[in-house]
Amino acid sequence: MTEDIFQGYKGHALEVLKNFNVRVWSQCTVETTRGTFIGTILPRSENDDDKHIVMKIPTGYNVGLDVDTIRSMKETGYKKANYKIPEKEFPYTQGLPKVKLIGTGGTIASRLDYRTGAVIPAFSPGELYGAVPELANICNLTTEKIFAVFSENMAPENYKKLAIAIGKEIEAGVDGIVIGHGTDTLHHTAAALTFMVQNSPVPIVLVGSQRSSDRPSSDAALNLMHACTAAGHGDIAEVMVCMFGPTSDEYGFLHRGTRVRKMHSSYRSTFRTIGDTPLATITRKGVTPIKPVYNHRRKDRNVKILPYFEEKVAIVYYYPNMQPDIIDSLVQNGYKGIVIAGTGLGHVNKPIYPAIERASKAGVAIYMTVQTLWGYVHMFVYDTGRDLMAKGIVPAENMLPEVAYIKLGWALGQTSDLEEVKRLMLTPINDEITKREPYNGYLVYQGGVREVEEFIRKVRK
Amino acid sequence: MKHSFNPRKNYESTREKIGYVTRQEATQETYDRIGFMSGLEVHQQLLTKEKLFCRCPAGVYQKPTQFDAEVIRHMRPTLSELGEYDGTALMEFKTRKNIVYRLKNETTCTYEVDDTPPFPLNKEALAIAIEISLVSKLNIVGEVHITRKQYLDGSIPTGFQRTAIIGVEGEIPLKNKKVRLIQLSLEEDSCREVSDVGHTRIYRTDRLGMPLIETVTYPDMVNPDEVKEACNYIRFLNRSTGKVRTGIGAGREDVNVSCRGGSRVEIKGVAHTRWIPSLTHNECFRQWALLAIRDELLSRVPVAASWKMKHVLFENDLLKTSFEPIKQTKENKNQLVAVLLPKFKGILSHFTQPGKVFANELSERLKVIACIEVPHMTHSEEFEQILTESNWEKIEQLLIPNEDDAMMVIWGPADDMPTALEVIEERCQMAFKGVPNETRKSFENGTTIFERVLPGADRMYPDTDSAPIPLENSFIESLGKNIPKEVIERYQRMRDWNIPEDTYTYILKKNLYPLIDRIITELEVDPAFAGKLFGHTLKWVEGHFKPAAEFDYKIVYALLRFLKQLGLEMAIAKKMLPLVYQYPKMDFESVLTSIKFKRTSKEQILSQVPFLRKKFAEIRISKGNDIEHKWIFGQVRRSAEGNVPLSILAKEINEIK
Repeated sequence: MTEDIFQGYKGHALEVLKNFNVRVWSQCTVETTRGTFIGTILPRSENDDDKHIVMKIPTGYNVGLDVDTIRSMKETGYKKANYKIPEKEFPYTQGLPKVKLIGTGGTIASRLDYRTGAVIPAFSPGELYGAVPELANICNLTTEKIFAVFSENMAPENYKKLAIAIGKEIEAGVDGIVIGHGTDTLHHTAAALTFMVQNSPVPIVLVGSQRSSDRPSSDAALNLMHACTAAGHGDIAEVMVCMFGPTSDEYGFLHRGTRVRKMHSSYRSTFRTIGDTPLATITRKGVTPIKPVYNHRRKDRNVKILPYFEEKVAIVYYYPNMQPDIIDSLVQNGYKGIVIAGTGLGHVNKPIYPAIERASKAGVAIYMTVQTLWGYVHMFVYDTGRDLMAKGIVPAENMLPEVAYIKLGWALGQTSDLEEVKRLMLTPINDEITKREPYNGYLVYQGGVREVEEFIRKVRK
Repeated sequence: MKHSFNPRKNYESTREKIGYVTRQEATQETYDRIGFMSGLEVHQQLLTKEKLFCRCPAGVYQKPTQFDAEVIRHMRPTLSELGEYDGTALMEFKTRKNIVYRLKNETTCTYEVDDTPPFPLNKEALAIAIEISLVSKLNIVGEVHITRKQYLDGSIPTGFQRTAIIGVEGEIPLKNKKVRLIQLSLEEDSCREVSDVGHTRIYRTDRLGMPLIETVTYPDMVNPDEVKEACNYIRFLNRSTGKVRTGIGAGREDVNVSCRGGSRVEIKGVAHTRWIPSLTHNECFRQWALLAIRDELLSRVPVAASWKMKHVLFENDLLKTSFEPIKQTKENKNQLVAVLLPKFKGILSHFTQPGKVFANELSERLKVIACIEVPHMTHSEEFEQILTESNWEKIEQLLIPNEDDAMMVIWGPADDMPTALEVIEERCQMAFKGVPNETRKSFENGTTIFERVLPGADRMYPDTDSAPIPLENSFIESLGKNIPKEVIERYQRMRDWNIPEDTYTYILKKNLYPLIDRIITELEVDPAFAGKLFGHTLKWVEGHFKPAAEFDYKIVYALLRFLKQLGLEMAIAKKMLPLVYQYPKMDFESVLTSIKFKRTSKEQILSQVPFLRKKFAEIRISKGNDIEHKWIFGQVRRSAEGNVPLSILAKEINEIK
């Protein structure tokens, strides 16, 4: 049970605590060469060094004490903190839509984890209601945590589990589904669910937060309210990502799951629709569609669940002087599909050609996308492109590289017939390939330009 | 009976009853009687190039209307590390404010608007904070932990201030006692408020994120003057390092005050040290008055929990009044509510501060918590009634008051009314308990108004975005080598030198001590003269002239050295200073010419005395022994300045017939 008493301490620091017989959470007086310190001994993060002991002083601040300066320690009391999000029963309101919130381990609501010093999610409807009581005015919420992984650890197994769970919920009659998810790979999951859950009669809304909910300025609460509104009341029955529109607390966007991408490492408004406009804006009052054509909410329950995925698929980001052995090693390791993010209109350098030929002959499905993100692969414009196609690369039009990766995994999970794979890949399920790119699908304005600055000044970011 | 009640008389008699005296009349006995207790939180910006957690420039300011973009946010309370919600947090959430930030690209990056996690802590700032902690005799921590301190008023877009303890348990010596220090922390400065009207509060983000230290004392001060002295000491001590910012807003104080039986109340953002004595004096008496109110209420309602107020919604056509806010309640889509405060007669007009009564406490909370702009209420004990007798009779028909009840009428947006009523009931219930913990905003006249509920230790949370920073012994020792002489030593030295005390503030504030020390030791200038030259002459010059170029105080050293080399009397420096200050690049010879200085000898000057004596005999119109001497001295003084010490001249005039 040492773990409980000396939470997180190791090595030298642990020895010192043991020597002076002092426990974590004890109130303590410590004499050091730098003077006397009084406070409560706190657990230490596992990744921090073994040279310091953490203490909460009476004013509420934490300080670290250098163990080499400690002369003596004396326990004077003991009080373990009980960190708990107030839990209240989520009230049922007649007439409000039934929404299911499926948890995967995002930061919608969270609390401090002393083991790592990081935040861990809290989740039950009661806890959520305690943190965001407004939810009770939007829907009747139930929750289920089907796994708890960080966004970056989401894997095909999780996609499949999620798709099956969604299918069950739809059959059970929910009015909408919200999926709480870390933001890093939110768009991968959104693409996977678009392919695995087809013809959904209800909205499937993926939501996360860029600032964890342990911060007063977190975007989590508003995102969650938006997502529940879109899921419970919205008419768009598609797989969507719901996140902040601007960085201001004003409105959110609903992005089509196949055209959305995380574009900033930390901004609130990090998710952007690429090569098209977002589907809709969302406020607490409701959904306002931007795109006129979308799949409408239906009464039936005829959803198709296609939980397939071939894991031996890779995405290769081309760079100048890339060596052919990169491709060869994938083939040698048994990869069945490769998505290349090529330069410009979809190019790689000549030295790689033989490797591509070898891969193609070995039966590997190879698809070309563009690392410019915006725009189509056009392999007829230059000879290099034509050569590549002749060697077996299939241009994936304006499919985003990550989406092409997910779709190829999904297609290869169903069949190894490359012609069938090609048919699946090039038949859009929900705009992963669009016939046309609207003029306003590419808007990356640059600051410093007068009219842009005027616009920013007038319209909040 | 209402006719016989005179609110103004009640104000005066309650003031007398609690024994209020002005600060001038107050003695230590007065403060001992009411148990005056005060502590300080002194904030000081550090002089660094960049902000604390990002690489934006520090010390670049924008005008309120100057901005490139606006961002709007809302704040929600979160749990502290120990798992509790903070009182202020919940109040701020109740206020439902739209917070608007005005950003200027030059001074703000994505960190300030909370769209990027913090960058590593500014090392320059950390070093300065440790230096000042060492001077303050604080115990330096072994590892700096960055903590989030929640502020839900929006003054920081993250909703918390990143702050870290550098040292704990120190002390500062005052003239007659030692004051203990609780801690010194390094923190990021907050936004500057542009406006706060209704549900919209606007901030600018230029100051946000600048490094700041906060020195916190124990409540060891027992009278207002001690608070001021301690504050001055800490400010001088900070400035003595030469590594802190000066100017408006660079140093700000929060003053904690309580009386015996009262509560800790924090007077925020005191802009000038000289405001401290009357602010603390009045606050202590306000608390004393609130305790008298509590006793009075408890004598009327022994079980406080049983006290309930009553309210009735009504339309403005019930009243005949020309008072616009009430007349226009319908047009403004406002609600009008009559409120009965049972047993509160004589309480609403009870003295709290000079010119203020208990009703102000209610009004201030209506503005801050319910976000209803003034005017928003009137009551049965106004000094000048807004509503006529007959109007109050109409309201009485709604409320049916008893003899010792008080009445209020409040108005405001319907959405805000539930909070408004809650706020009034809550504050009245607090009156049965005594003094609410709160922060108050200060005014130059020595009074304060309610600002927020006082936050507690519950609002602390470890910053999960940043790792702890270990402080090695060797690092601290290297910083310890260069620490300036302590303020108290400087104080003592200046007193030994007979420099007049009224110059200390100026000298220490501007950190001129090292320069004066050099002038005295290297140029052998009379210390009292040197002190006065800065603390009197130069201070006056600065107030009356504008420098053409940046004025560097070191130029005074050069000036005195110049005089010494030429063998001139130092006193002439006083005459030269206005010019030197205005034209720092002018050479000193030219300055002498400009003030019409001529080289001459004592003998030459004294040789005029016999002639002047004759002349005086001719023009003399009144009698008196020293009149002649004064007149002659006046005649030769001008040419003597800079050439002969005036004291010697005065003496020798008498010796010449």
